[in-house]
Order: sequence, then structure tokens, then C-alpha cells
Amino acid sequence: MAIRRKLLASLTALLGFVLTSVVQARADLNMRPGVTETSIEAYNLHMVVIWVMTVIAVVVFGLMIYSMIFHRKSKNPTPATWSHSTLVEFIWTIIPFIILIALTVPAVKLLIKMEDASEPDMSIVVTGSQWKWHYKYMEHDIEFFSNLKMAQKEENFNLQSAQENQNYLLEVDNRLILPANKKVRFLVTADDVIHSWWVPELAVKKDAIPGFINETWTSVPETGIYRGQCTELCGKWHGFMPVVVEVVTEAEFEQWVAQKNEERIAAEKAAAEAAAKSWDLDKLMALGETTYEAKCAACHKSDGSGTPPLFPALKGSAMAIQADQIQAHIAIVVNGKAGTAMAAFGPQLTDAELAAVITYERNAWGNDTGESVQPADIQAFKAGN
Amino acid sequence: MADHHPTGIKRWLFTTNHKDIGSMYLWFSFIMFIIGGAMAMVIRAELYQPGLQFVEPNFFNQMTTMHGLIMVFGAVMPSMVGLANWLIPMQIGAPDMALPRMNNWSFWILPFAFTLLLSSLFMEGGAPNFGWTFYAPLSTTYGPPSTDFFILGVHMMGISSIMGAINVIVTVFNMRAPGMTLMKMPLFVWTWVITAFLLIMVMPVLAGAVTMMLTDRHFGTAFFDAAGGGDPVMFQHIFWFFGHPEVYIMILPAFGVASEIIPAFARKKLFGYSSMVYATASIALLSFIVWAHHMFTVGMPVAGELFFMIATMLIAVPTGVKVFNWVATMWQGSMTFETPMLFSIAFVILFTIGGFSGVMLAMAPVDFQYHDTYFVVAHFHYVLFPGAIFGTTAAVYYWLPKWTGKMYNEKMGKLHFWLSMIFVNLTFFPMHFSGLAGMPRRIPDYNMMFADFNMLASIGAFGLGLTQILFFGIMVKTIWFSKEKAPDKPWDGATGLEWDQLPCPAPYHTFDTPPKVS
Repeated sequence: MAIRRKLLASLTALLGFVLTSVVQARADLNMRPGVTETSIEAYNLHMVVIWVMTVIAVVVFGLMIYSMIFHRKSKNPTPATWSHSTLVEFIWTIIPFIILIALTVPAVKLLIKMEDASEPDMSIVVTGSQWKWHYKYMEHDIEFFSNLKMAQKEENFNLQSAQENQNYLLEVDNRLILPANKKVRFLVTADDVIHSWWVPELAVKKDAIPGFINETWTSVPETGIYRGQCTELCGKWHGFMPVVVEVVTEAEFEQWVAQKNEERIAAEKAAAEAAAKSWDLDKLMALGETTYEAKCAACHKSDGSGTPPLFPALKGSAMAIQADQIQAHIAIVVNGKAGTAMAAFGPQLTDAELAAVITYERNAWGNDTGESVQPADIQAFKAGN
Repeated sequence: MADHHPTGIKRWLFTTNHKDIGSMYLWFSFIMFIIGGAMAMVIRAELYQPGLQFVEPNFFNQMTTMHGLIMVFGAVMPSMVGLANWLIPMQIGAPDMALPRMNNWSFWILPFAFTLLLSSLFMEGGAPNFGWTFYAPLSTTYGPPSTDFFILGVHMMGISSIMGAINVIVTVFNMRAPGMTLMKMPLFVWTWVITAFLLIMVMPVLAGAVTMMLTDRHFGTAFFDAAGGGDPVMFQHIFWFFGHPEVYIMILPAFGVASEIIPAFARKKLFGYSSMVYATASIALLSFIVWAHHMFTVGMPVAGELFFMIATMLIAVPTGVKVFNWVATMWQGSMTFETPMLFSIAFVILFTIGGFSGVMLAMAPVDFQYHDTYFVVAHFHYVLFPGAIFGTTAAVYYWLPKWTGKMYNEKMGKLHFWLSMIFVNLTFFPMHFSGLAGMPRRIPDYNMMFADFNMLASIGAFGLGLTQILFFGIMVKTIWFSKEKAPDKPWDGATGLEWDQLPCPAPYHTFDTPPKVS
């Protein structure tokens, strides 16, 4: 008996050692604690539950294994005849009840804290759409789209690319820049279907629901780059719309805001200049092709064939070749089409880019209409819109 | 009465015999299991490595959607109805189900419903691609044209389930043999009666949800469209009001199976029979007030989150009672470990692991980190595969001699068990890790940091898939090619009317006169 007990003890110790060293060797075996107060508390609570569950598992499964070894027919030919005990049943109803209540207390406290987005230092509107995020800083005159850095085209996603690129699928063109140590409130919504905005290291996950605005918040003490993904199935490219948050010092943030404002003024000026002049067809086609590849090809394909019936073909489409449909063509690109995945590109592109991409669609892939749409046409459309 | 036995195709088309209908349900469920499993293989092949290798993202979404729908409505639910058909009349001493013609109809709706659903794979625009939970507006405004086929298919499955449930309730309340009081019924019958009530309560809710989808899509209503005054979140509330009881619909009959098999092989009476019944009923009642724990991130008020969190955690109490009762049944028994017992013990252990992750998921502030990641995928596969499906598998091995009069090969059965046991864990355990590391569910491609565990899960899944072919082989060999006749009492610890009063195989018509219940 003593030997058996020693053996059991050393086996348990060995198992414990192996498990701990495996967990230490591989960071990806557990949740990351993250960097915010709430994410660390969530992690701690997660660890508490894991340990409580592990202890219960060891006891219950231990009893089962003991029973399977010592209460098998060869060891115990005559089974016991009892089949009921009110006391025992009462005890194992009440003990789990107490454990669960004990677990509930810290959970309630943390939940109330996580859901309290009051008195923020700044607010950002986060809008999900198929398949990108849009950020608007309420206190600053800044807003921008945040797209997956690689274009959402099937040929871009392969093993080699994943191996070469540490942040494969987790890098965007424009990161969300936040100042450290400020309480930032996020107002989360969506344009088309439901998305969900998640950054694991901040322990912030909130569904973006069209027509509704959800509230959540974070306050990040450490500067750094934190990456997450959309976590609600939102269509074809659901796995390809990451969230990247870059936390900088307050001074750097102010600098960034100033720079963004300058950029915006310069861009408005450049756009106005570009729109004022008349473009020749070649220039429009060149700009149109790059714009098309970046914004349109994910659904309508590089060769304009689309994926009907969800994403119609543009090649040979009536709207893209008939002269009397130019205004309709401009309207659908600028305003989108309600009730379909066709987004409104008016707010996303400059007038020159809009004119170029429409021109491109009317002349590429044998659509050769020879017509060009000028930035001025877009301005005229928007003015009358 | 002579043992009237129609033959040929007409036997199966027109049968009102509960045993024939039970067999048809079980085979149908197995076919769906293989089709849904093949889709899982496509999913796991794509996820074997990062990058898009085999399918494009939209088809991947069709696969996850169809895999879920087929496994839930085509494989697990019909398998439970099949067991109910075979066993309930024999276990309560009834000659057949109370409504035999309706029984025939509720089965024969299913092949049409699933043909309709599967045909959508070949349509322009593809099959439904919005997940088996079909959240609006992705499934309404943005759904492919085949969504309407899906809606009609779901309606038909719902009608079939409701009729099956009515049949079980009417049979159990009206056709028990004299002396078979409610509290003498085998636990399998009890769990099925409770399941039947759940079905009757929630299948109409599902029918309502898909009908609202249909009118949103075609008749200008805006139930789920905020632009028209509707609410996409209301869809989720309605769906999960059906969806949460649905998970108990899938697992309660398996609880019943384990409660029959464990006492038989421990050669000891089931511990705490009445507390088993009350625990099952409590789980069923609680299942109606916990639905929004699937929706902690939709932006509910804190009070709502607190209520659903605490109510959900309470479910662990009656579930714990069941697990403790099974362990106490084994305790000081005289156990042998034939295939049905192995599957049942694995069921208890692995289902309990799913229960542990369930308690973790119930805690709202931590659920924000787990929600919609692979941790959830690991959780519900642990309760469904080694839960519901191991339960059915255990039942098939246990009652096969009663159904067919043939005995399966014990060595092959054990091989099937151990392969299933190894591969099911290899497939689903690593998913806990990829979920905790931050991998969202329903994505066809991922960062290298998730690569190792996905490869492991894929290898496990291929093994698990191949193992089912072994299962098919064992069944075919036993039923049609085995010469080994089963004794009337193949399990010396088995009790109940079907073992005590009927030979193996059970004749085509049983209990034409009610048996004596001691």
C-alpha cells in the first residue's frame, strides 16, 4: 500500500512537472493576459476558473479511474446493492452550488467594471463594413478606413506568404492610433451586416450591429501594437478584416493628430486641384486600374467577371457600356446599392479616384466605350445628389 | 396474430412499424453523418495549413454552414428519434408507437427536407453561407438565392420533429403496460419525454424565425432590419430561445442511454433514479432562461448579462448531479468493459470536459475573450461528438443484438472505440488552445501562430473521419454477414422489459398483449 501511494505521488509530481514545463515552453497554450487592467483581471479570473475546474476534474475523474481499476468484475465479483443516499445527493448538490456562487462574485464585479464606459477622455466611432473598419475620432477632425494591407484577392493568400510575413492577415494600411493612459470610449456600429470588433490584449470585444450603436472602452497603460480580428461571420472575407491598434505616448498622439490634420488639408487641396483639371483617358485608366485592384477586384474580380449572382460581372454589363447609363454607373459607385454588398465608395475615394475607376470599368476588358468620366462629373453628381 | 411481414420497397415506404421506422431513422442519420462529416473534412483540409489551398472563402463558409445544419438536424436529432422509435415501445411494454401513420410521415419528410437543403449546393450563388446560426441581416438581405430552399427545408425538419415529439409524448402517457408507473420507466424513456416537451416548445419558435426571414426577404417586412424599424439582435434572441433548448434536445437522450448502459455493465442499479429524473427536468426548465449567454457581446444591459450569466452557471448543478450519479453507479460495482460501456464511460468523461468549458464560457467577463473563437468550437464539439454521438454509438452497440439478433465482433468494437477516443481528442482538444491564443471561428485562413494546433486538429479529424468507415464496416458485417447469433441475454447485467421479456432479435411485433411489470 505504501509503495503504491509513493508511486502515485511521484507519478502525479511527474505529470505536474511535464504539464508546467510544456505550458511554459509554449506561450500559445493559454490566453494572453493582455495589457489593460480589465484584460489582466479577465485573465486572472480565467485562471481561477481553470484551476477550480481542474481540481473538480481530478477528483471526479480520479474517482472514476479508481473505480474502473478496483471495481471491475475480476477484482470485485459481487457488486454492492445500494442505489440511493439522500445525504450524499444533498451534499453533491449543495457543494457545486456554493462553488458556483463563489465564482460568480468576482465575475459580477469585473463585468460591471468592464461595462462602465462613462466619463471617457475621448470617443471613437468604430464602423464595420464588408470587409474593413472605419474609425472616426469624435474630438478631432480625423476619420479613415482601415483595410487589410494585402488586397483581398484569393491569389494573395498562400502558405509562402504566411511564412514570410509575421503579421500575415493581421496588418492594416491605417492603424487605429490611441494615446496611452487615456480612457477611450468606442462607439461600435456597422453599415451592412453584423461584425465584431476584438482586440484580445485589450479584452475588448463588441458586436458591430447595423442600425445600433454599442458602447465599450479601454485604457491602455503601455505603448505598443495590439492585433485582433473580426469575430462575427460577416461574409466572404470575414477572416480578412483585422483590427490593429497602435498605442503611443500622449505627446506622440498630439503630433499624429497635427500631422493628420495637415495631411487632410493637403489632400483636400490636391483633390480639388485634381478635380479642377481635365484628365486624359490614359491617366484615368492608370489610376483607375490601381483603384479597381484595391477596392473592387475582391468581389468583381480583376477580369471584371465577378461572382454572379452575388457580385455581378462588370465585363459586358449594360451599365458599364451603355452611354445613357453613365449617371446610373456613377450613382451606384458613389452611393452603393441598398440591400446588397455593394458599398458606397463616395466617402472612401477622392473624386479623381472615383472618376478614374468608373472610366476604367467602362473601358477595360473589352468594354471599350472610349468614354471618360471626369472628376468634375463626379462633383456635379455629388452636388445634385 | 401471425408475424405479418411485408417485403420489398413497400415495406419501407408504407411501414407503420416502429422498428422499421427506427431503423430508417438510424440509417438516414448515418448517411447524413457521413455527408456532414465529408464537409468537415473539406474544412479541416483547408485549415491544415495557413493560406487558401483548396477552396475559396465563400465555399468555405458554405461548408461550415452546411456541416452544422446537417449534423444538428440531419445526424444527431434523427439518430435520437431512431433510438426512441426502436426502444420506447419495447421499454414501456407497448405494441407500437401511439400514432404509427404519423410516425411514417415524420420520417419520410426528412429525405425530402435534406434533398432540398443539399440541392442548394448546386445552385447558382451556392448553398447557404451564413453559418448554421443564420444571423440576420447576413442571411436575409445578404443571403444567396438558395436561402429560400434552406427556409423550406428547416420548416419541413421542424414539422418532422414536432410530429416525432408528439408521438413520443402520446405513446408514453397512454400506452404504458399496466404497472409501468412513471417513476418505474427506464431513464431513457424519461429523458426522451422531457426532450419531446422541449421540441414541442421550441421548434415552432424556429419556424417563426425562418418565416420572419422569408417575409423580410420577399414581402417587404423589416423584422430584422433596423432601417425599417426592426432589430437584427431580436433575430438572435429568437434563434437562441430555440437554440439553447436545442442543445439539450441533442444531449438529453444520450444521458438516458448512459443511464441504461452504465448500470448494466456495473451490474448495479442506477444510483439516485429519482434525482436523475428531477435533474433532467431541471436542466430542461433552466434551458429556457439562459439563451442570451450566446450573445454576451451584442450589447445587452448589464442587468441582463448578470441574469443570464448566473442562470447559466446554475445549470452546472443538475448536470453535476447526473455525473456524480453515474460515478456512484460505477462505485463498488462489478464492471466489465465491453464496447457499449467504453463508449458510455468516455461519454461521461468527455462530456464533463465540455461541461467545464461550458462553465468557463458562462462567465460573461471572461466570455468576452472566448466568444466566437475556437474555444467555443472546442466546447460544443466536446458535448456533441463524444457527448451526443458517443451516446448514440454506445446505444447502437448495446441494443444491436436486440434489434438484429446478431452479435458484433467485440475486438472490432473495441478498436472502433479506441480509434474514436484518440482521434476525437486529437481533433477537438487543440481547438481549446487555438481559441485561447485568439483564433476566431469560421475563418478559412489564419496567421502562422495558429498553425501547429490547426495541423494537429486536421490530422485528428482525418483519422476520426476514417474511423467512421470502420464503424460502417462493423455494422454491415454484423447485420448482414455475421453468423454469430446473439443469445437472448447478451449482457448479464441488462434489465428492463426489452431484455427480460423479449428474445433476441425482438420479433417484428412485440407486446401484442401487455407484459407483466414487476
